[in-house]
Parts: sequence; structure tokens; C-alpha cells
Amino acid sequence: MTMNKQQFLASAGLRIEMLDFWIEQQWLIPEETADGAAFSDVDLARAHFIRDLKADLGVNDEGVDVILHLVDQLHGLRRALDQLHADHRPP
Amino acid sequence: MRSPYDVLGVVPTASSADIQKAYRKLAKKLHPDLNPGDKAAEEKFKEIAVAYDLLGDAEKRKRFDAGEIDETGAERPQQRYYRDFATSDHGHSYTDNSGYADFMDSDDAFAEFLRQSAQARANRRGRDLHYQLPIDFAESITGANKRLTLPDGGTLDVAIPPGLVDGQILRLRGKGAPGSGTGGPGDALIEVEVQPDPRFTREGDDISLELPVSLSEAVLGGRVRVPTPTGEVTMTVPKGSNTGTTLRLKGKGAPHRGGGHGDQFVKLKVVLPRPPDPELEAFVSNWDKGKAFNPREEGAS
Repeated sequence: MTMNKQQFLASAGLRIEMLDFWIEQQWLIPEETADGAAFSDVDLARAHFIRDLKADLGVNDEGVDVILHLVDQLHGLRRALDQLHADHRPP
Repeated sequence: MRSPYDVLGVVPTASSADIQKAYRKLAKKLHPDLNPGDKAAEEKFKEIAVAYDLLGDAEKRKRFDAGEIDETGAERPQQRYYRDFATSDHGHSYTDNSGYADFMDSDDAFAEFLRQSAQARANRRGRDLHYQLPIDFAESITGANKRLTLPDGGTLDVAIPPGLVDGQILRLRGKGAPGSGTGGPGDALIEVEVQPDPRFTREGDDISLELPVSLSEAVLGGRVRVPTPTGEVTMTVPKGSNTGTTLRLKGKGAPHRGGGHGDQFVKLKVVLPRPPDPELEAFVSNWDKGKAFNPREEGAS
């Protein structure tokens, strides 16, 4: 499902200045379409994660940068590992 | 069900600061997105989150302490965590392979093994392709349609939204490398590089420009042509303008995110005639009031 900016703001419970800042930081990279930015469920889940980091865990902006980068690498690794596991499972 | 105080490991008399501290400490360890491999983390996190929803809110805590609501009173809506997407079949574009790229680069058996399994992967989403696109300053303000020539000779049409800033990344879904099986193509991520224009500087949504004006335009006023990113416009220079006088062209700046436009500020710079004019020189040498005026004195402007 994709959302436009207004729908995304409502679903994520974000103020527009915050979202603009997050996009500026490239924490979120929405799809550019002819009708403006389009957001996916992945963007929404990622926004919730960022919100939890900032609001609940007290992480500052620099910390969010570092955490997102490491978590994305971790997911890359997990997918590679998962694939290895699937490819080499006995039939 | 455990009492929310037990869940957070605080005494019932704990201050709200202590409760927040205890919650943060637990949440840092248990947040599902910080524990992608721990299936139990979600349940544990939910338990502390529910407890904190109750105790972190002074009003709810008071009602809980008075027995008006119980610990189930703050049920959390189901949330899909980021990790749920990151490990799905098709993955998504935020996933980063740099964590093991070095392993794939070497030429030993393990690297070969990694590369082969990456290739053999069915239903794999295509890679994201990164491009850079230089655009003119004016195009960054007005928006533009650009065509990017790809290394393989293909082209990609890119709509530049108005008001874009240097370094902004545009994502074109599905325009990356093709996937295999049912895995869709990756995305094209285009980093837009705004070429500076020596005439204009941008600050937020406003644009500034220094405009040279002649002595007669400054003294007598007049209409002058001013370049803006959207083309030239005519502006009235008021009589008695000076170097540093700043005039505003409303709405000639970059588009605001919420609608409307910033302004363009035109800073005047008075330029004496070139080459020096003997008539002007003769006038000024006989001009007593001009000589009496000292702009460096207190009160002079």
C-alpha cells in the first residue's frame, strides 16, 4: 500500500516539520512520483522505529543516524545468512 | 499478570523520572527493531511498553494506583515492526549489504559460496542503482524534467520537483536493476547536485541577489530589470537608494513545502560610471554639501 504525504503523516503520527527533517536526513527516502512523495508500509514501520528511538529511548539525531545505518547492515547480513541457510538445507 | 511496577522493576513509590529511566533501560535491550533475531523480544517489549503506557502517564498511574483501572487497561495496538519487512523475501531498499561486501570480494571458497548463493537466490529483488544528476540552480527552484543517460546507454526520465535542495535524493521505484523470479526490480536512487549560480544564494526558501545599479538609478530612482530563477522581472528602485538597500520581490523565491513561495531579496550595489566621468568629477568637486557629509560620523547613515 502506498500513501501520500498527508496520509503518511496521519498514520505515523508525525508533524510535517519532523517528517521533512527526517527526509532531509535521509532516514526516510520516499518514492518520488508525479503526484509528489509516495510512502510505503516499510517507510511507515521505519518511521515508527525512528519515533521509538527518539521519543521512548531518548536517542539524539546523531544516534539515530548511527543506529539506522547499523540496523540496515544487520538486516543485510541477516538476509545473506538466511539465504545461505535456505540454499544449503538438506533436501 | 505481573504488576506494571514489577515489569519495569521499580517500587510503587518510584518518581516519574525513575520510571522513565527504568523503561528506557529495558526498551534499549528489548525493542524488537534492535533485536531482529529475537522472536521473544516482541512479547517482552510489549509487556514493558504496556506497563510504561500506564505508569508513564501521571493521570493513568493515579487511576491505576486507586484501583480504577487494571494493568490490562492500556492495550497497545498491533504494530508491524521494521524488522518484519527487512527479512521478507523481497527485502527493501534500505537494506545495506556493506556489512559483508568485503567477504564477497575475496577469492577464497567462502566468498565464492556467498556470491553463488546470492546469484542463485530465487525471487531476489533487484539491486538499487545510484546515480548523480547535476541540475542548474534555476531548475532546482522551478522544477524540471531531465533525462539521465545510463551507463548501459538507456535513459531515465526524472521529474525534478520544484524547490529541491542540493544533495536531495529522488527515488524512482522499480527503475533499478531487474530482480529474478518474482522479485521486482530495485529502485533508482538519484542524488541531485544543484550547480551553484554565482548570482543567487539560497537560504531556506528565500533567494538573495546582489544587483548593481548606476548612480543615476540610485539617486533618481527608476525601473530596472532583475534576474530571478524564473526569468527577468521589472522592479522599481526607489529614489535615494543606497548600496545595501534591500528590496523584496515577493513570491520569487523557492516554493514552500506547505504551499506558496519564498521571496527574493535584491540587495543594491551602487556602481560609479566607468570610465570615470569628468562631468561628474567637476560637479562633485564644486558640491559643498556632499563634501560636508561624513558617513563615518555618528548618526550618519
